[in-house]
Parts: sequence; structure tokens; C-alpha cells
Amino acid sequence: MSSEPYTPVIVGFLCNWCSYRAADLAGTARLNYAPTMRPIRVMCTARVEPQFVIKALREGADGVLIAGCHPGECHYVEGNIKALRRYTLLKQMLRQFGIEEERVQIVWAAASESKVLADAVDAMTLKLQAAGPLRWRQTVLNGHGAEHAVRESAEVRRAAALAAQHVEGER
Amino acid sequence: MTDKGTSPAGNGKPKLAIYWAASCGGCEIAILNIGDKLLVVDDAFEIVFWPCAADFKYEDVRNYPDKYIDLCLFNGAIRSSENEEMAHLLRQKSKVLVAFGSCAQEGCIPGLSNLTSASDTFQAVYMDNPSIDNPAALFPQTVTTVPEGDLHIPFFYNTVRSLDQVVPVEYVIPGCPPEPPQIWAVLEAIVTGAQLPAPGSTVIGASHLAVCSECPLEKHEKTIERFYRPYEITPEPGLCLLEQGLMCMGIATRGGCGALCPRVGMRCEGCYGLLDGVEDQGANMISAIASVVNVGKPGDEETELERRIRAAMDSIVDPAGTFYRFNMAHSLLHRARTGNHDDVRRVKSEVPHETH
Repeated sequence: MSSEPYTPVIVGFLCNWCSYRAADLAGTARLNYAPTMRPIRVMCTARVEPQFVIKALREGADGVLIAGCHPGECHYVEGNIKALRRYTLLKQMLRQFGIEEERVQIVWAAASESKVLADAVDAMTLKLQAAGPLRWRQTVLNGHGAEHAVRESAEVRRAAALAAQHVEGER
Repeated sequence: MTDKGTSPAGNGKPKLAIYWAASCGGCEIAILNIGDKLLVVDDAFEIVFWPCAADFKYEDVRNYPDKYIDLCLFNGAIRSSENEEMAHLLRQKSKVLVAFGSCAQEGCIPGLSNLTSASDTFQAVYMDNPSIDNPAALFPQTVTTVPEGDLHIPFFYNTVRSLDQVVPVEYVIPGCPPEPPQIWAVLEAIVTGAQLPAPGSTVIGASHLAVCSECPLEKHEKTIERFYRPYEITPEPGLCLLEQGLMCMGIATRGGCGALCPRVGMRCEGCYGLLDGVEDQGANMISAIASVVNVGKPGDEETELERRIRAAMDSIVDPAGTFYRFNMAHSLLHRARTGNHDDVRRVKSEVPHETH
């Protein structure tokens, strides 16, 4: 799409039991990989509602990476299989919206597979660089649709305030 | 019906306006389908604008004082500059503006064209459709010069919007079309002066539970291997359609219709829109489907698992058109990413394009 180099923004939904630990391990092991993913810890990939993915793409992400335990190793037995069903159908639908395959990806990375996760982020970053930025609001909504901006609920504001306090506390 | 040109003081009755923007006319028929209660409506209200049924001109509305209309039922989506102009005008002239029906609420069928661009829509409508014969490639022009001067017609937006994306509305009556008993329930509440809920895009004339809560079909928490299109199977009477592999949207759709479609063996298509607390009807439907389809088990080999799930999901033809049949303009993505995002104005028009 675009030839200008840009740093893609990837929203990563990482499951608590495998992939978030893989990301932790990648850090401890000082693995070098693209700093493009914003990790969000969820209890299971089945917690990732298609709405989360769509919202991320709409609000400025160039891609979404869902990472969880290998099938058969889910902490909740088959949460990741439900996630795979959702993801498969969601991708088929996003194609109709003109959103390329590579913008939403799923990867299985066990707690010990920090390299698998890091490689997935690297590979996705390269693909997104080739695909160009998404910038849904600016390029697609083009003014239209801004009218129904994602409603900021009281809970969201409270969570944001708590997170800010938390960051403050760590400093 | 009252004569046009009644003075603002009038006969003291509350003033009612009914308007259609980008719609099919079904909402007007639904209003007529309240039957002889229409006489009660005529008795209780003074109709001051209703292009479908009474001879009023836009000019009449422009000449009304602001907030002259007590209740305006606005059906139809915002597809063209004319629709948007009328939305602003009726907002200015109405005390209570109601997004009436699915088009005004969430874009409905016109909103499906958000999956393509305005110029591609024109190409299909004026050139490519099999019934079209247009050898000179004539397209509507927004400005045409005739000896008497320039004629302007509205121009065609690239993106369909719902009414509340253009102007604020007090209430929303969902449905394609809203069911006559629900229309009457709302009108009766207004006629009798009953307390309406607090305004602000508030849904009235519908349930706060899903269609399933009104559906008499039996559910057995049965899962399925694949989906079928309506022509492929004859559903077993009395049993949940989703559990028989028909893509019934009832679980992700607001009730209030009385589950009319599933009752007669037709899957719910989702016309009453999304439920309270939901931001995207289609996304929630995808979420639900993952629990209904039972393909794939924890022990399966990974590539085989992916292949089987993909094959099962391939049985859903046109997911975007199915899950957002009525809700496209109010979905989070709102429209597809196409090469072209311009409104169709074939000749540079002098009609002001207001953006809000």
C-alpha cells in the first residue's frame, strides 16, 4: 500500500497462563525483537471478544496479535479452541471490510516459547510494514462515523485512573 | 387529516410530523398497520408534515417556528445531502425527534452499501445491473443547466449514516419495520401523557431482552458442525433454528417483535438491532457462534484443527452482510475500506456540504 517506512502499532492480547509468561521470559532472556506490540494480559484467549479486536483496529492499531496456549494445553481446557473459531470467522468477515489477512493474527506460544512469540511479533511487524498503516479513523471514517465514538464508560475512566495511580506508585 | 397552513396556534392538538429519508416505505406501512387506531392518532394529533400521506411541502416546514412540531417520527437513513438537510431542519422544528425504524436507528439495508463505495454503487445501479441498458452512460448530475437556470439535485454520500449520527435524537423505535403494536404502545403513551423514559437516543417500543426470550422454539443446548442457508434444509418445527444450523441472529438481537420470524421457521435477521450494553452486534454474534459450532477438540493436531474450523466457518456465506444486515452504519467499523471515499457529485455542485 505505502512505501514510507513506519512503525506499526500492534495490540497484543496475551493469555495469562502461556503467552504472557512467554513475553516475560523474552524480557528476562533479553531477546531482541521489534518494540511494536502493546501487550494486554487476558486470562485466556477466549476472553478476547471480537469487539476488542475491531475496536483496536478502529481506534488506531495497525494489527492485532492474539497469543495463547497451544490447543490441548489451555488452562480452561478448550478456551483457545473457542478463540480460534472466533478468530477464523472474524478474519473472514474483516476481509469484507477491506482489512488484510495479516492485520489479525493468532499464535500459540507456551510459557517456555519466548522465541516463538518474539519471532511472531517480528514477522507480523514486517508484514504490517509492507501493508502500510491502517489509520481507520482518518482514512476510512473520514469524518463520518466519528459521531459515535466509543463511549467512555465510568468503568473505563475508573480503570484508567487506577492504572495512572499504579504507574505513579512504581516511579 | 387537517388542512395545511393551519396557524401555529391551531387547534391546540400536539403536532405530529412523519418523514422518510433513505428508506423503503415499509415504516409508513407499519404506521398504517396500526389499523383503526389511526383514527385515534388523527384525533389526538394535528398532522403537520407527512410526505407519504399528506400534501405538505418542505417550504411549509421551513416556515414553521422552531420547536413547532411536538413529535417527529423520522424513518430512513442519511444517504444523500437531501436526507441530511431534512434531518437538520426537522431537528430544528421538533420538540421530540424519534429515529423511527432500523434505517434511522442504525442504517439498515441502505447501510449495507457501506461495504462498497458510492461510485461503485452508481456503476452497479446505472451501468452493470443486468436489467440496465444505458449505452450513452448517462448518470444523474447534481447540477443541470436548463434555459431557466441551474437545476440542483441532492448528491450522494459515500457513507450511509444513521439519524443520530447526524443530529441528536430523543428516542429510538427499532425494527424493520417497527411492529404496529409497539408503534401504538408508544403513540398511546404520548397521547395519554404517560411518563416516557429519559430522552437521549433512548430505545422505546422494544424489549430489553434478546429475541430468544420471546421465542417459543425449544432449545436443547445442542451444538452444530456447520451452518446451512435457508434453502438447504427444512427446519424441524418447534426446535431452535440456530441449533439446527440456521444463522438465527436472535441471540444477538433486541426483542420486542414477538419473535415473529423464528415462530414461522425463518431465522431472525437481527432487525431490532443490538442489545443494551453491546457496542457491535456483528462482533457479538461471532462471539456467540464460537460456542454453537463444536468443530475442533483439544486433542486435535494444530493444522488439522485450523483446517476443520475454517471449513466449518466457510459455511457462513457473506458474514458481514449477515451479521450487520441492519447494523452496518452503527457498527464500530461503520464502513469498508475501499479505494474511493468521495461523495458522488458528478458536477461540481454549489449545494453547501455541511459536515457535523
